[in-house]
Amino acid sequence: MLFTSYAFVGFLALTLLAYYLVPGRCQWPLLLAASYVFYWAASPWYLLFILVTTASAYGVSLKLAALSGEQRAYLAAHGDLTREEKRAFRAGIKKRKWAWLLGCLALNIGILAVTKYTNFVIRSLNALTGGGLRPVDMIVPMGISFYTFQTVGYVIDVYRDRQPAQRNFFKLALFVSFFPQLVQGPISRYGQLSETLFTPHRFQEKTFSFGLMRVLWGYFKKVVLADRLLPAVTALTGDAAYTGAYVLAAMLFYAFELYCDFTGGIDITIGIGEAMGIRMPENFDLPYFSKNIREYWNRWHITMGTWFTDYIFYPISVCRPMLRLSKWSREHLGQAVGKRVTVYLSSFAVWLATGIWHGAAWNFVAWGLTNWAVIMISQELEPLYERFHRRFALRGKAPYEAFQVVRTVLLMSAIRMFDCYRDVPLTIAMLGSMFTRFDPRIFTDGSLLDLGLDGADLLVLGLGLAVALAVSLFKRKKGSVRQALYEKPAAVFYGTMAALLVCTVVFGAYGAGYDAAQFIYNRF
Amino acid sequence: MKGRRWPAALLAAVCALGALYLAQRLLVPKYQTGVVEGSMVAEYYRETVDHDLVFIGDCEVYENFSPITLWETYGISSYIRGSAQQLTWQSYYLLEDTLRHETPRAVVYNVQALQFSQPQSEAYNRMTIDGMRWGPAKVRCILASMTEGEHFIEYLFPLLRYHDRWGELTGDDVEHLFSKDPVTHAGYYMRVDVKAQTGFPEPRMLADYTLGEKPMDYLGRMADLCREKGVELILIKAPIEYPHWYDEWDRQAAAFAAERGLTYLNLIPLREEIGLDMSTDTYDAGLHLNTGGAEKLAAWFGGWLLERTDLPDRRGEAAYDAAWREKTDYYNAMKERQYAELAQYGELVSFGANAVER
Repeated sequence: MLFTSYAFVGFLALTLLAYYLVPGRCQWPLLLAASYVFYWAASPWYLLFILVTTASAYGVSLKLAALSGEQRAYLAAHGDLTREEKRAFRAGIKKRKWAWLLGCLALNIGILAVTKYTNFVIRSLNALTGGGLRPVDMIVPMGISFYTFQTVGYVIDVYRDRQPAQRNFFKLALFVSFFPQLVQGPISRYGQLSETLFTPHRFQEKTFSFGLMRVLWGYFKKVVLADRLLPAVTALTGDAAYTGAYVLAAMLFYAFELYCDFTGGIDITIGIGEAMGIRMPENFDLPYFSKNIREYWNRWHITMGTWFTDYIFYPISVCRPMLRLSKWSREHLGQAVGKRVTVYLSSFAVWLATGIWHGAAWNFVAWGLTNWAVIMISQELEPLYERFHRRFALRGKAPYEAFQVVRTVLLMSAIRMFDCYRDVPLTIAMLGSMFTRFDPRIFTDGSLLDLGLDGADLLVLGLGLAVALAVSLFKRKKGSVRQALYEKPAAVFYGTMAALLVCTVVFGAYGAGYDAAQFIYNRF
Repeated sequence: MKGRRWPAALLAAVCALGALYLAQRLLVPKYQTGVVEGSMVAEYYRETVDHDLVFIGDCEVYENFSPITLWETYGISSYIRGSAQQLTWQSYYLLEDTLRHETPRAVVYNVQALQFSQPQSEAYNRMTIDGMRWGPAKVRCILASMTEGEHFIEYLFPLLRYHDRWGELTGDDVEHLFSKDPVTHAGYYMRVDVKAQTGFPEPRMLADYTLGEKPMDYLGRMADLCREKGVELILIKAPIEYPHWYDEWDRQAAAFAAERGLTYLNLIPLREEIGLDMSTDTYDAGLHLNTGGAEKLAAWFGGWLLERTDLPDRRGEAAYDAAWREKTDYYNAMKERQYAELAQYGELVSFGANAVER
């Protein structure tokens, strides 16, 4: 049941209606039932996977909480213990907790690895050895990357005593399977989501209409903009004959397609939550206004970035082998190199994981590591930038900031071509062709009209993207567009919603003649 | 919601629905020029008199029989409920729909479509089904006809299917926003031009000549429905050689008719007797008859029918005379216009699939 399917729209309408008709205490069980129906509709087999993940997280988190409780009780009852005895007891408990956590991680990351990466390993082995291992026909449960990360994050938080364990299995099941965010995030933390997920909500016009407007805005971005760009992106990246300036066109088209697709999907997700009074974390903060790649990654797919930081970067940075390596490096290679070793290696691990998380293919590994390399190089060049700015005093000037924004968008778009061409050498060759075969006439001689987009499509895209840009600029300068509209007469607010609905239905790229385009991040 | 915000929300909802309704009216194809087949099924509901004879089928009925000739020659009030590539189950549901409105004495079904066991094309589905009035027959027809990728809701709200036509709107779409001109003559599609039949490709061998279970089942349902309603069902194969009608199919159609006690008439071997000359009586090299051919066939077929059925001569009945006079005038006027275009341009420019929409 894709978000863009008629079935989902009907399912959502019924769920929202039922949500506000049932008593408040029945709302979260209703959402659990709806989430399981949603998942079952994709494939009944998927339920087995999500149930295993939920059950393991439930059992292990209770065990971890019990061990923490045992530690607290023991230490409280034995106040006369020496510091060493206390430390020894804590170490024993920690060892047991670690064993439970490791088991849970092994099971869940193992399921993710086997279902998603078995064929990647087989293909890689075949390529390396010339062997003929056959790819396996594997079920890859919908949204497994998202719900696995979300669940693993919860268990680690319980392990770290940052989060009490949920004792109600069904509530935990809802946290794992909450249908709006199941397939493409955002990756919520239990502490954030549970605040509003299980509490009863009465119908409130403002909350409901804000949510609905965000859902409509998400659909507008997805079906009017992203899916209309899809044929051009497919044409441009599916034929290696489109070199030179066409690669630049592909970069820009894909940049806008991906932005509208992913932010559209997240708007639908968060909007559904808002309409029910449930708050989910924001996943974007105007990423295409970033002035450098580090800032971009702080504003794009924020929940994934913070997840990797909290659960991979920091644990690796402070693990014993890393601390030992850091110490050794400082002693033998000097302070300058030594202090970088931890950051470089931890970042490397994060970006390697980010790449692999996005897809079981080498092009995603290359994509992740290219991001890592660019961030590290930027970091190394910081002193040079500082000297430049001291000399030319451009910082804060609008034209220079615009240059920085364009530069960042182009750089990120170029790196993303690994995702489009799905072939590392081809991607490098195509990017290289921009410098050897660039013919700017394709932007004016009508060549772009041969890519599956006619003049009317380009007009709709131009107007739609202009509206999206205007919304982003307003948000950047003045804050929430919805709040501003809400403060106007009610007819303006609801008239905008009506216009959004009509434009999406009439100008959307959906139905017969269009491929049912799933959200790009559903694949990850 | 604060009381004062309700009216605005309601007004916006009404405006949105109104805009979507208007958009639907504008964007749904009008089938007034060029491919007009999509208008045929709906035109039936404009009829002011009942029909004693109803033809059901695909282009082999709506392009080959002239109801005007049947009226003028025999006083038979007839109508053709046909559309492009109308599949057997669609014909069944159109028959069911027809019998909700009237009870003719005889129904003629052309068996050509029995060769299709599966839905063929979304575009043809729409042309047949969109014109049907909503009712149980239409719902079942949609469910039986949908190809992969079609959705029932797109029949319920055609805007969801045709929303992307805004890039190809023509003057017809604006002019016929709320009303459509008739494109047929009691369901008959007129073409007076001539393109002689020269020959057809050799029929290819089939792996299996058995007519499909689904079309035969619906043919059986047609027979049952007609028997139940006291309507005589007559099966025919129009006198068209291509697409090839295999002997094996013919024998199965004949066997079905014999088993059910129905009449089955293959008109292909009777072309000489009918007087058809495929060098002058076809407009597309033998695939369909032109108006001259359709009039000859109707004249012969009317006589054949009257020998076997008790179809009444309605001439002299005021309501019928008035209705058919109007049809005949329109028929003759269109014929004149088509002949005039032929004389002026050497071909039809305002009629046929290649006609340019305004």
